[in-house]
Amino acid sequence: MVLKQLSIFVENRPGAIAEPLGVLLEAGVNAVAFTVADTTDFGIIRMIVDDTDKAVRGLKNSGFTVNVSDVLGLTLEDKPGAFYHALKELSDANVNIEYSYAFCGPKTGEVTAVLRVPDINSVEFILK
Amino acid sequence: MEYHYYNKYAETMPRDLLRVQQSKALVNQAKVVYEKIPFYKKAFDDIGLKPEDIRDIGDIKKLPYTNKQDMRDNYPYDLFAVPMGDVVRIHASSGTTGKQTVVGYTRHDLDIWGEVMARTLGAGGVTAADIGHISYGWGLFTGGLGGGIGSETIGAATIPASVGNTKRQVTILQDFKPTFLLCTPSYALTIADYIEENKISVDTLSLKYGFFGAEPWTTQMKQEIERRLNLQSFDIYGLSEIIGPGVAYECEAHEGLHVAEDHFYIEIIDPDTGEDVKDGEYGEVVFTCLTKEALPLIRYRTHDISKKISEPCPCGRTHTRITKFAGRTDDMLIIRGVNVFPSQVEAVLMELGDMSPFYQIQVDREGNLDTLTVLVELTEAQFTSEIHDLEALKRKIGSAIQSMLGLAVTVRLVNPKTITRFEGKAQRVVDNRAVDFRAN
Repeated sequence: MVLKQLSIFVENRPGAIAEPLGVLLEAGVNAVAFTVADTTDFGIIRMIVDDTDKAVRGLKNSGFTVNVSDVLGLTLEDKPGAFYHALKELSDANVNIEYSYAFCGPKTGEVTAVLRVPDINSVEFILK
Repeated sequence: MEYHYYNKYAETMPRDLLRVQQSKALVNQAKVVYEKIPFYKKAFDDIGLKPEDIRDIGDIKKLPYTNKQDMRDNYPYDLFAVPMGDVVRIHASSGTTGKQTVVGYTRHDLDIWGEVMARTLGAGGVTAADIGHISYGWGLFTGGLGGGIGSETIGAATIPASVGNTKRQVTILQDFKPTFLLCTPSYALTIADYIEENKISVDTLSLKYGFFGAEPWTTQMKQEIERRLNLQSFDIYGLSEIIGPGVAYECEAHEGLHVAEDHFYIEIIDPDTGEDVKDGEYGEVVFTCLTKEALPLIRYRTHDISKKISEPCPCGRTHTRITKFAGRTDDMLIIRGVNVFPSQVEAVLMELGDMSPFYQIQVDREGNLDTLTVLVELTEAQFTSEIHDLEALKRKIGSAIQSMLGLAVTVRLVNPKTITRFEGKAQRVVDNRAVDFRAN
């Protein structure tokens, strides 16, 4: 399934991750998944939230640089090898993955893997 | 095309006639400063110069230079050539280091100021039918009252909006319908930001012309202001020691600034040797006040860098044109022995396109090595969720600046609106080196 991913640009300094989360608290937005990619002087927070539009409005008003992009959400069984088998299929099909992370749920016993891939439709087709 | 003038006779005077006027004025001014100002009497005597030795404008080279330090040493009034009874106005420029620079005007000086500022506005097409919005500080700084006196001299309705409270300024721009705007270029962008953020259509404003100065700005910044505020922009130049805004101004040919040479004689010198540079070469701009009474400075070194344009201007004005100011000798940073002007960095950013015009140069010293970091505000359009896009952007900015300056730089991307800016001016340079490495 296609998920809306929220990305936030943050500088590399104390408090930089907490500040946008404070904005989301104010806006009453809940995060389902959260990860930070970092470099020496800046980072990108990537999140899946329950209300993307509300989050974007709140963050922009507070001066954050944000981006919303489509990512692939892959529902997997919570058992050894589940993610491996999916990735193996993509690897065999020569699909490059830009980045990936995973979160539990929404149902117990399930894991959702998030994949940033160039073409979500073709990847979904491969994994069918 | 048809060009506009406030005083066509003076502005298009044949150069030989102009020279006669300048000679007469200089001969008189040399006598005045020698007789009335002890500082100049001593300076003349020290080099064995008599006022009678000045017979022609060409003799200006015999006269001594005046420096900013001389103004501080004679603080506040010792360079005035007239008694206080003849002075009707005093301005002062903020001294970031040391004393303020105090300047005085007689009624005649205010008339000259009104005249040259009216020429400035008239060169853009402003007439008595226009309405002017003056968003420079109205106070000791010469920007506000200088813009005002020009606007009133030309006969335009003048709104002394002064600085700050952008919301209120925009309301005035919408409701009072001014047709021309005077402010710093970065404040013009602040206004543009405000109207865009608040979804105000530029069509609700009536601006036709903008006259921007008091800080360096690039051609690219000019284009951005023109596009976003939908007006024709003109560069203005001035400094309080000479008169304030109105010393030089851009015409509708938009190729450099005309110096009001019947009032201010211009020389361009090598800042190190004090000799004239070759025509068309960059150097330090030096002005002599030919007609002013209260503070008739002789060969005042401005520390501003520019060059003359020798070709005649299509607008028909005969007064010398100089290029947009390239920087200041005292804004110049010396980093690892390389001369760096903040305006060079700005030009690079604007040439790259789709860049925020807000940047800051930070200079640090690590061990014995100077390091240069350029902070650039990230724009919405540049931000994707991918690290490598931002890394590529950093590399692109870094290599463009490096090839311009010949210096390795570190680029740091920061969130929009995080670079310190005061209403009007952005803080472009932060020098964290313990020792003051700025040029003199």
